[in-house]
Amino acid sequence: MLIWGLRACAAVAGSVVLLIVLFLVTESLPVLGHMGWSRFLTDASWHPAGDAAEGTFNLTPIVVGTLATTAGSVMIVVPLGLISAVFCCYYAPPVLARCYRRLIELLAGIPSVVYGFWGLVVLVPLVRRFEPPGPSLLAGVLILTVMILPTIALTAEAAMMNVPRAYLHGAAALGLSKRATLWGVVIPAAKSGVLTGVILGIGRAIGETMAILMVCGNIVQVPTSVFDPVRTLTANIALEMAYAMGDHRSALFVSGLVLMGLIMVLVIVAETISKRESHG
Amino acid sequence: MNKVAIEDQVLTGVVEQYTDAPAPKVMVTASDVKPIDHSVQPAITTHSLGLMYGGKPAFEDVSLSIRHGSITAIVGPSGCGKTSFLMCMNRLTDLIPGCRVSGRVCIDQADVNSPATDVVTLRRRVGMIFQKPNPFPLSIRRNIELPLREYGVRGRQELGQIVQGVLEDVGLWDEVKDRLDTSALRLSGGQQQRLCIARALALKPRVVLFDEPCSALDPISSGVVEDLIAGLRGRYTVVIVTHNLAQAARLADWVGVFWVRGGSGRLIEFGTSRQVFKQPSDPLTYEYVNGCRG
Repeated sequence: MLIWGLRACAAVAGSVVLLIVLFLVTESLPVLGHMGWSRFLTDASWHPAGDAAEGTFNLTPIVVGTLATTAGSVMIVVPLGLISAVFCCYYAPPVLARCYRRLIELLAGIPSVVYGFWGLVVLVPLVRRFEPPGPSLLAGVLILTVMILPTIALTAEAAMMNVPRAYLHGAAALGLSKRATLWGVVIPAAKSGVLTGVILGIGRAIGETMAILMVCGNIVQVPTSVFDPVRTLTANIALEMAYAMGDHRSALFVSGLVLMGLIMVLVIVAETISKRESHG
Repeated sequence: MNKVAIEDQVLTGVVEQYTDAPAPKVMVTASDVKPIDHSVQPAITTHSLGLMYGGKPAFEDVSLSIRHGSITAIVGPSGCGKTSFLMCMNRLTDLIPGCRVSGRVCIDQADVNSPATDVVTLRRRVGMIFQKPNPFPLSIRRNIELPLREYGVRGRQELGQIVQGVLEDVGLWDEVKDRLDTSALRLSGGQQQRLCIARALALKPRVVLFDEPCSALDPISSGVVEDLIAGLRGRYTVVIVTHNLAQAARLADWVGVFWVRGGSGRLIEFGTSRQVFKQPSDPLTYEYVNGCRG
């Protein structure tokens, strides 16, 4: 009885994913059918219209926007998250470590629209002081950094906490210093856990919509500097869904499909890495 | 070592053990250790050594002295403080919160617990092998190189020579020479344990502590490791904790028996292997070594 219940739950969870993908595909099909993939890469610009013949549908700058914001924030957040985890596990006095961990957990719980709000009134003016206009790739990168830091810091910390005590005792018995133990033993041992955290963080960064939409400026262009405004796939959907019709609407579903594809690639990468790790 | 030499060692050892030498009055620290005449001074001495875990004694009042180059086995039932005793020798006790050491341990006449003792130097001179093989999740080569690099050995060639030397020493070279850069975790349990021994020997320790090194291994690997330990006799001072009395009898020049008395572990017998196994002074030891108890 129980086993059937569990099977039913698993079936529901699994089929929801399949249904969503199926839905994305069927909604994208009209535009893909009479336009094909190539126009999403080769059109002059993104000026969609309800009829495919009248609009232009180049998604490239938007994909670049998504990749740039994500890559930028990950590059900042990985060292930051690692340092934070190392500090928490090995250097901070226990009381401080506990307070710090609570704070990071709290950071993870802040709603994304609040992040966006903060970004809009603090980050954007700050960036503008360096170089106008303010809403920019840089602001997006920074806001994403703050948003995915908890994910990466907390998983990295959990991975470091799970490093077998036998390694630590072994390292101590060999007279290794704290630094050598950390770099030589703890971090290699925690590597796959840290990577999982990074992948989760990237997933969150790619999917983030609200905060990004509020600070990035949303101009469809391939950025030439970090101060240029950009638009991401998620922001694109959120901005245009409300009024899109016909082929335009369908093109937005193609954005969603691309987003889904990016995430899928990420999951596959994560799987391969963890498989290779477990084989030693 | 030939039989005569062992007998000789045994006799002088007995005399030394039972002449109740007073503890040195001056505290000796690591910094002012003079070159040691190995034929006279013991490698390790403990004076009423004890250890408490959060107020509960693990063992107390252990006094013994261990000769240079000998193999000393510590036997006894579980929970009588054998492993804790070993951990006092290289101050691994520092890692355990709420544990307190009383009494003295001296290695090469230097007080291990003195504030002047540099723990890193101490642990470099006193290697330790654990019950469960614990190679790091690195390549075989990196496992040995990591501590060496830490101590300033940088030359590629020098590192390579040391790696080969210690791997040959533990009989692992022929088995792994073609895959030095693969993960150490892919080795079998026995190979991993030998790698751990090689890693410890690479630092040229004076004392090597073994904490039940064979109990997690299959009989064949266990035999290989045991022979390896026997081969260290004379070159290193070896202290081995074991549950396996037969192993102790095969390996050890000296045997100490720990037993729980009055709620904590005590050293109830210490003497040459022959003494302990043939003419033990404590009736408990007699029953234990003859398989009537424990």
